[in-house]
Amino acid sequence: MKLIFEKSVSGRMGVTLPKPGVPKSDLNIPEEYLREDLNLPELSEIDVVRHYTSLSLKNFGVDSGFYPLGSCTMKYNPKINESIASFPGFRNSHPYQPEGGSQGALQLMYKLSNYLCEITGMDAFTLQPAAGAHGELTGLMMAKAYLKKKGEERKNILIPDSAHGTNPASSVGCGFDTIKIETNRKGTVDLEALAAAADENTAVLMITNPNTLGIFEKDIVNISKIVHSHGGLVYLDGANMNAMLGIVKPRDMGVDMMHLNLHKTFSTPHGGGGPGGGPVGVREFLKDFLPAPIIEKKKDKYILNYDVTNSIGRVKPFYGNFGVMVKAFTYIRMLGSQGLKDVAENAVLNANYLMRKLKEDYLLPYDVVCKHEFVISGENQKKDGVSTMDIAKRLLDYGFHPPTIYFPLIVKEAMMIEPTETESKQTLDEFADAMHKIAEEAKTNPDIVKSAPHITPTRRLDGVLAARKPIVKYKPSDSDV
Amino acid sequence: MNPKDCKYTKEHEWIKVEGSVATIGITNFAQEQLGDIVSVEFPKVGKEFSIGESLALIDSMKTTSDVYAPISGEILEINSELESRPELLNEDPYGEGWILKLNIKNPNELEDLMNAEEYEAHVEKEAEGA
Amino acid sequence: MNFVPNTKKEREEMMDFLGISSITELFEDVDAGIRNKDDLKLPEPMSEIEIIDYLGELSSSNHNMQDFACFLGAGAYYHFIPSVVDHLLLRGEFYTSYTPYQAEMSQGMLQSIFEFQSMICELTGMDAANASMYDGASALSEAAILAAKYTEKKSIMISKAVHPEYRHVLKTYANAFGLKILETEMENGLSDIKDIKTKLNDSCACVIVQFPNFFGNIEELKEIGDLAHKNDSIFVTNVVEPISLGLLKPPGAFGADVVVGEAQALGNPLNYGGPHLGFMATKEEFLKKIPGRISGLTLDTSGERGFILTLQTREQHIRRERATSNICTNQALNALAATIYLAVMGKHGLKEAAEICYQRAHYASKKISDVKGFEMRFSVPFFNEFLIECPKSPKEINRTLLSKNILGGFEVGKYYEEMENCMLLCVTEMNTKSQIDELVNAIAEGLP
Repeated sequence: MKLIFEKSVSGRMGVTLPKPGVPKSDLNIPEEYLREDLNLPELSEIDVVRHYTSLSLKNFGVDSGFYPLGSCTMKYNPKINESIASFPGFRNSHPYQPEGGSQGALQLMYKLSNYLCEITGMDAFTLQPAAGAHGELTGLMMAKAYLKKKGEERKNILIPDSAHGTNPASSVGCGFDTIKIETNRKGTVDLEALAAAADENTAVLMITNPNTLGIFEKDIVNISKIVHSHGGLVYLDGANMNAMLGIVKPRDMGVDMMHLNLHKTFSTPHGGGGPGGGPVGVREFLKDFLPAPIIEKKKDKYILNYDVTNSIGRVKPFYGNFGVMVKAFTYIRMLGSQGLKDVAENAVLNANYLMRKLKEDYLLPYDVVCKHEFVISGENQKKDGVSTMDIAKRLLDYGFHPPTIYFPLIVKEAMMIEPTETESKQTLDEFADAMHKIAEEAKTNPDIVKSAPHITPTRRLDGVLAARKPIVKYKPSDSDV
Repeated sequence: MNPKDCKYTKEHEWIKVEGSVATIGITNFAQEQLGDIVSVEFPKVGKEFSIGESLALIDSMKTTSDVYAPISGEILEINSELESRPELLNEDPYGEGWILKLNIKNPNELEDLMNAEEYEAHVEKEAEGA
Repeated sequence: MNFVPNTKKEREEMMDFLGISSITELFEDVDAGIRNKDDLKLPEPMSEIEIIDYLGELSSSNHNMQDFACFLGAGAYYHFIPSVVDHLLLRGEFYTSYTPYQAEMSQGMLQSIFEFQSMICELTGMDAANASMYDGASALSEAAILAAKYTEKKSIMISKAVHPEYRHVLKTYANAFGLKILETEMENGLSDIKDIKTKLNDSCACVIVQFPNFFGNIEELKEIGDLAHKNDSIFVTNVVEPISLGLLKPPGAFGADVVVGEAQALGNPLNYGGPHLGFMATKEEFLKKIPGRISGLTLDTSGERGFILTLQTREQHIRRERATSNICTNQALNALAATIYLAVMGKHGLKEAAEICYQRAHYASKKISDVKGFEMRFSVPFFNEFLIECPKSPKEINRTLLSKNILGGFEVGKYYEEMENCMLLCVTEMNTKSQIDELVNAIAEGLP
């Protein structure tokens, strides 16, 4: 399909703007600071509408179909979230307008923090971080500031080998060293390995629970104890909170600090890659390190408090992704306590049901009850020359978004599947049927899998070419590459 | 397969000595393991490295891996051709796919490296282990 | 409501298949000692009708710029957003998708990201751009980290004329990343070139200025860029009001190596401060050092053009500890809004919008300066924001304005003590002449 630039027709206009309508001032900007040309496309409104409508038809979202991308919680995004976020008082309010005229927004943020505290057992939340990885960074910055305040020079972050790539990347960003903790044969943190690694140099253990294999770390209380006994902190990557809503509070697992992903657990849409929300919750003793400002209630008024004693400072201008918070707030208030628990239970039921169905054709390296997601391996199919990548691409032909593949790294030919609670049994059955057919094809007609996809808008794309000869912007001469 | 006039490391680097200069690359086995190589991150010319330190990073489609210094020395030259044609590492690892040149600081270190025969035995052993 | 489609009967069928009689059995691995004993203490659930009433009320207790004459900017701008932007954004295929890992099924997002990158490059005069960053401040901080890694130097020089909250965020990052901040002074509303010259030293990884700067003034980029380069430092330009680039030469033309900033002004609503849209663009040389997602052009097996996430080995999911950044989720939907906005505004529309902003802002500045006691604080070229020195406290003036449904300027004393009696006013294409006249009258009226 043509790029928007290639559709440009000289002289076309897409908008009509008013005349300046004021007595004309001479431009007092020096000549050498004025732009000579601006090569944006020239299009009419209908050109633009048709272009992006056709592009949308070449895209796949949760609204299009099943999207079991493990670790990303691609649940249905209720439409009401969007309607409410576009209420004019939310959408068109300026971050620097007076506090008196921002009481609605401040109240919403204040209450949302309280709900998140109740759900997780934490004592305070900052809503500033824009995404999970941003939350991790914020959490580790706080840990660093806290340890510094205590006069401790702890350098190590312990990270299980099944962790998200953001965990080590965030740690190193903050100037820590990482130590990898091995997973045992049951798919959980190896307690002995942890005990051996934890010492007076341990700053933080970053743990995901349920972990990325979808398995609940049932020794979590002991894990936390081991870390605490050496004076370290326990950080929970809350990416997988969907399985735990209303079931268990991270605080009761011994967690000291954590982030949540509003765009995963609390149904705010992923928007093709964002915006998200990564609020960070902490226990009382870390509260003073939260990024300022924090929202407080004084009598009947909600205020922004910039005076936080040991604050690490801001991690974001203004107050965070407010529009995302509105959607999460809407969701929590529509579900309530029972609704949230239903989410966790149904997510876990769906995952176990699908896992059991797929086990007939695919290797299940950790055959235990899973939580909201599970990991199967394409190793059986690999013997017929069909890789997990091929299986993923073949799923496109069956109209499903593939699972997360080749992650976690500790499972060969991994496929990480998270069905979420918003899928029906019927959809799960259809997906299982497709996976069964692909497993059959791998044996009887492997070429059709290896050359997939066949019916998508493009055939399989060459990632190696794109990486070796990167072209990352439009140049008129590239149009006929 | 593996040139006889090179020395080898357990981490699958090769090193070829000419006078006081050593040319360094990765072995055929290494490029096969990495798969499609898409870029190389070079050190600055003039920087000094001790034996065992990471000299460069090689990115393939699936992973990033270090090139460790087989011996200590100072970077004399990098193969900048790899910046626009990283595929040379896959296509010609012992020739056009060389990575960089070091000036040899301590010739004694060369003695601990493997010859082609020893390296092949090492690869075989590693393959069995996996 | 829980948005779960399965009926009780379907759930029972699934449980039968699993050989369990209750869902609780699936949670036996969660130690009973830590399982929640009580219900969560949350308000009673609401139906859709109720939540609309409830949040409708909360929303209307907030100021809404549609009901005001808004002269407030300072990093968040109330600009015109053509209707097509929202209509297209709400297509579920876009907003309910995630990062386009599966390229063949995500060509819509990947192509639009490629278009976004191209447009950002065009606006900034750079060779490469990424798919977006969280916001302008995190983009600026990531640029500082990039410069520090690239040059292997530890000091970040930044002008005090850069948005104060951006500098706060940079400071937070710098503390964690072990970088040193070197702030440079201002002279008549511009970055003081003499001070930059004096303070530049071997440890400076980069020099950062904002264009137009926090006060709306047009920095002398050429001179600053030359100084940075002479010192082997990377020259980073931060753009927070990108509409200005419809009128102004791109920073790339003045030697900027990295241009970062905030593109909320391009088709994204204020949203009480977020989500907004950070961007990063660089010269070719830094392409492989850019953090975040990048969409690249490639071919499919039948030789047709397509797009795919590329240079992924820079990223955390492959490089982990050694990634260029930890960023994963970005602001893709906001970037799509900006792309659609720029497509529909086009070559002429953006220029026109920039000219309206410029003309109206200059009209406003003249009229206000004519009011006794009000004076322009600086005498340098500006775009659509300007600092006015007031005869009484800006807070008081703003209170009077508010009573007339006018949202006055930003009280800069909050961040610059020496400018306590100053107000930063912003004028856009949304402010009509009569709004400006009313503002001027209201200011004059309030005087003794």
